[in-house]
Amino acid sequence: MTDFLLELRSEEIPARMQAGARAELEKLFRAQLAAAGLETGELTIWSTPRRLALIAKGLPEATAAVSEELKGPRSSAPPQALEGFLRKTGLTQDQLEDRDGVWFAVIDKPGRATAEVLAEAIPAIVRGFAWPKSMRWGKASASSESLRWVRPLSGIVAIFGEDLVACEVSGISAGFATRGHRFHCPGEITIGSAADYAEKLRACHVIVDHEERQSIIRDGAAKAAADAGLTLVEDEGLVIENAGLTEWPVPLLGRFDEAFLEVPPEVIQLTARVNQKYFVVNDADGKLANGFVCTANIDAVDGGAEIVAGNRKVLAARLSDARFFWEQDQKKTLAQHAEKLANITFHEKLGTVADKVKRVAKLAEWLASEGVVPNCDPALARQAAELAKADLVTEMVGEFPELQGLMGGYYARAEGLPDAVADAIRDHYKPVGQGDDVPTAPVTVAVALADKLDVFTQFFVLIDEAPTGSKDPFALRRAALGVIATILRNGLRFRLEQVLLKAVEDDLDKFGVVWEGHTEKKLASFFADRLKVQQREAGVRHDLIDAVFALGGEDDLVRLLARVKALQAFMATDDGTNLLAGYKRAANILKQAGETSPSRLREGLGEGMSDGASDETGPPPTPPASGRGEMDPAEAALLAALDTAEPAAAAAVADERFTDAMAALASLRAPIDAFFDGVMVNDPDEAVRAWRLGLLARFRDAVHSVADFSKIEG
Amino acid sequence: MADGADKTPLSFQGMILTLHNYWSARGCAILQPYDMRVGAGTFHPATTLRSLGPEPWNVAYVQPSRRPTDGRYGENPNRLQHYYQYQVILKPSPADLQEQYLGSLAAIGIDPLLHDIRFVEDDWESPTLGAWGLGWEVWCDGMEVTQFTYFQQMGGFDCKPVAGELTYGLERLAMYIQNVDNVYDLRFSDAVDDVAAVSYGDVFLENEKQFSKWNFEVADTETLFAGFKAAEAECNRAIDAGVPLAAYDQAIEASHLFNLLQARGVISVQERANYMARVRDLAKGSCKAWIDSQSERWAENYPGWVL
Repeated sequence: MTDFLLELRSEEIPARMQAGARAELEKLFRAQLAAAGLETGELTIWSTPRRLALIAKGLPEATAAVSEELKGPRSSAPPQALEGFLRKTGLTQDQLEDRDGVWFAVIDKPGRATAEVLAEAIPAIVRGFAWPKSMRWGKASASSESLRWVRPLSGIVAIFGEDLVACEVSGISAGFATRGHRFHCPGEITIGSAADYAEKLRACHVIVDHEERQSIIRDGAAKAAADAGLTLVEDEGLVIENAGLTEWPVPLLGRFDEAFLEVPPEVIQLTARVNQKYFVVNDADGKLANGFVCTANIDAVDGGAEIVAGNRKVLAARLSDARFFWEQDQKKTLAQHAEKLANITFHEKLGTVADKVKRVAKLAEWLASEGVVPNCDPALARQAAELAKADLVTEMVGEFPELQGLMGGYYARAEGLPDAVADAIRDHYKPVGQGDDVPTAPVTVAVALADKLDVFTQFFVLIDEAPTGSKDPFALRRAALGVIATILRNGLRFRLEQVLLKAVEDDLDKFGVVWEGHTEKKLASFFADRLKVQQREAGVRHDLIDAVFALGGEDDLVRLLARVKALQAFMATDDGTNLLAGYKRAANILKQAGETSPSRLREGLGEGMSDGASDETGPPPTPPASGRGEMDPAEAALLAALDTAEPAAAAAVADERFTDAMAALASLRAPIDAFFDGVMVNDPDEAVRAWRLGLLARFRDAVHSVADFSKIEG
Repeated sequence: MADGADKTPLSFQGMILTLHNYWSARGCAILQPYDMRVGAGTFHPATTLRSLGPEPWNVAYVQPSRRPTDGRYGENPNRLQHYYQYQVILKPSPADLQEQYLGSLAAIGIDPLLHDIRFVEDDWESPTLGAWGLGWEVWCDGMEVTQFTYFQQMGGFDCKPVAGELTYGLERLAMYIQNVDNVYDLRFSDAVDDVAAVSYGDVFLENEKQFSKWNFEVADTETLFAGFKAAEAECNRAIDAGVPLAAYDQAIEASHLFNLLQARGVISVQERANYMARVRDLAKGSCKAWIDSQSERWAENYPGWVL
């Protein structure tokens, strides 16, 4: 058993690609060796900006010899068959074995030396390597066939045991030599084997294990901050990125001018992180302090003083820019900034952002004045909505788009607008994903809801850009999820259809769109699907949401979800599961009877049921006149139970006492079980059969008054 | 600094002369700046057009670069509407390009064991030139001092072979080396005998004030719009006439007029993409015409080479 070392050295690999490259190297190596019949056990894969390394422990010296046995024709078969078999196997007749009248060929394939397999695998891995972006370079790039790599590939080390695995890719031959740290150890170093690789590199100022570098940065940055009485603001993304930018990481603390702290802390953190890859630090009170931690790639001869001074200067220039934007933006009011929104296209068919703002302001005001969002001042809702997008044209958001909303909130407060308006501007994009904070302040709720309903209805209804499959370029699914989360979090009671219609009513004529088709099918099912996604994490069953949605006409999401939750609780009880079993049996029998529509069945029962279709608790069907004189006790019990349960369930549903509605259904469980035990539905007497089917249909309809049980799984 | 802290750092012109000597010693032809207003050294035809085709090409030059929207009336210590780029093109890219580049930093006095030099991913793309490449921004103690790019395409055509491009930001580097915080305080030249040193501000402060005002406030937009149209038309005429170098001059002109119109704030967000596409078409057309005009010679001298 022998260890193998592979190092692929290149010019600096982008930090963000290194994790993917390690996975790719492992995948390709395992695939290559598996194809040759070699087991790969434990693999260690490391990366630095300048190298990818792989160590495979305990590879066998050679692939196993294989003996392959092929069955040929019978020895009595015509000579042509034997000739064919000999051609196929490449053997002569005296090399075959005759076993009970059948020819057999035994072909021995000797094992291949692992080194030989590796020598073929390495070029194949390099050539087959998938990078997110790759390039050509050097003289060879005069031809289209030249090797592509993430950056120029500069060297290969391939050592099996202590022996070189001789191979070559695009003019680069494998050898024992690699290079250490670019500045600390610029010359060549010779690697002896997998065993001394990491230590030889360490001696040359390269920590090849990326996880070790990450630890050094994580711990070193925290310590640098702590030594100055500060606390590091942890950022694992920065830890990984800086580990991908260094072979010898040295975290260093620097300070910047305290005067910059007048700029919002989010701006400082973003400037430091995005532009400079620095950590920021907090003071003892948990507030952003005037410090940063950068990660150098050298043990500087002066201990890092020059490096810190240089980085401080760069950060100061960046922060001056940020402060310039911060001051410049405040020379105008948000209302003045908002005027520029007329120059920004929202969507080629849907006009400018200013047009959108107008619609959202009107809708937000309406949501407040109609009480859809309770306790909300309509004037504030309108004002906040009119200013909510103004920061999009500020210098700061131009520089840092991820600060949209947040900056508007700061600027609103700075110009003395009410807190409710500033908060609404800041938070109206929320929630931006599952798990994000959902707005609760009334003005924020009105603007957030109006903003999302507008996106949703404009694209979905007016220009029919509904999401398909994985394509959702305008993030309508996210908008719908945001709407649902906001409604549920705040217990907002309204008919969704009415509000969606309000959001587009002014534009329906302009786009020549008829409202009906959208509400009935597409919108309802789209929202039902989003609700299922939204509730999945809360453990709400998707089939139960379907069961309530299928009743139709219910688009008060708060009420709908309350009903679903009561149903879910009921389905967890014995009564629930048994009632479902009874329901399914009834539904099957009705289906076999060819009757699916409750109304038709009821009409078929004759007088007394003629208007049953529109009256859920209509008069009970009478037993057929021809037939027996009296009911079976099980029939009578079910009938009596229905007489009680139907009005009880209906009243409970009307009062939104859904647990009581479930209890009313539960009272049907014993009678329906007894009915199936004691009565044969398919009685030879047609009239009796029809009567019993009618009874079952009434049972089914009673259940349907609470939920469509046919949608329930199990 | 590399040769000890007591040595006076290079002046601005001293740095340029040092880079000229350094790259000259590595076989580069030292060209002069292109005599037109451009946004970056890449626009010089010695880069744009000469990065196409199979012929080796090794040049270095300083290119004055104009970015009208970056003007700050001489009031910002870091931002200028006119500044200098030092541009090196090595085609095909040599295997030791990084080492050669780091040698040039050492030559102008940057010690890599005192300062943190880093190659940070930066994929370069010029939408107006239809060009892209992969490479890095080179950081010195967190400051971007050079753009280092392996050209993959120019004018929409594959670079075969690939050229390596180094673009040094001269003012930034000089500020770094001289350890000054304000660009106008840079020592442009050294004092010699009784001739006093000249500062960057002596040379350029007034220019920044006047050009910022002109770029942002004065330039007549009607004239600029008309100039853009005229350059566009003339570029296409020159392409049709088979004189791509002249055509490319007009593409450069259109590009700069577009930048000025941007600074005047008269190009809306919607129009911006449209104008950029028009400039790109001119640049691409010029590149195509350049290739057409050279392809016969290339085929003759480089048998088997195909675009």
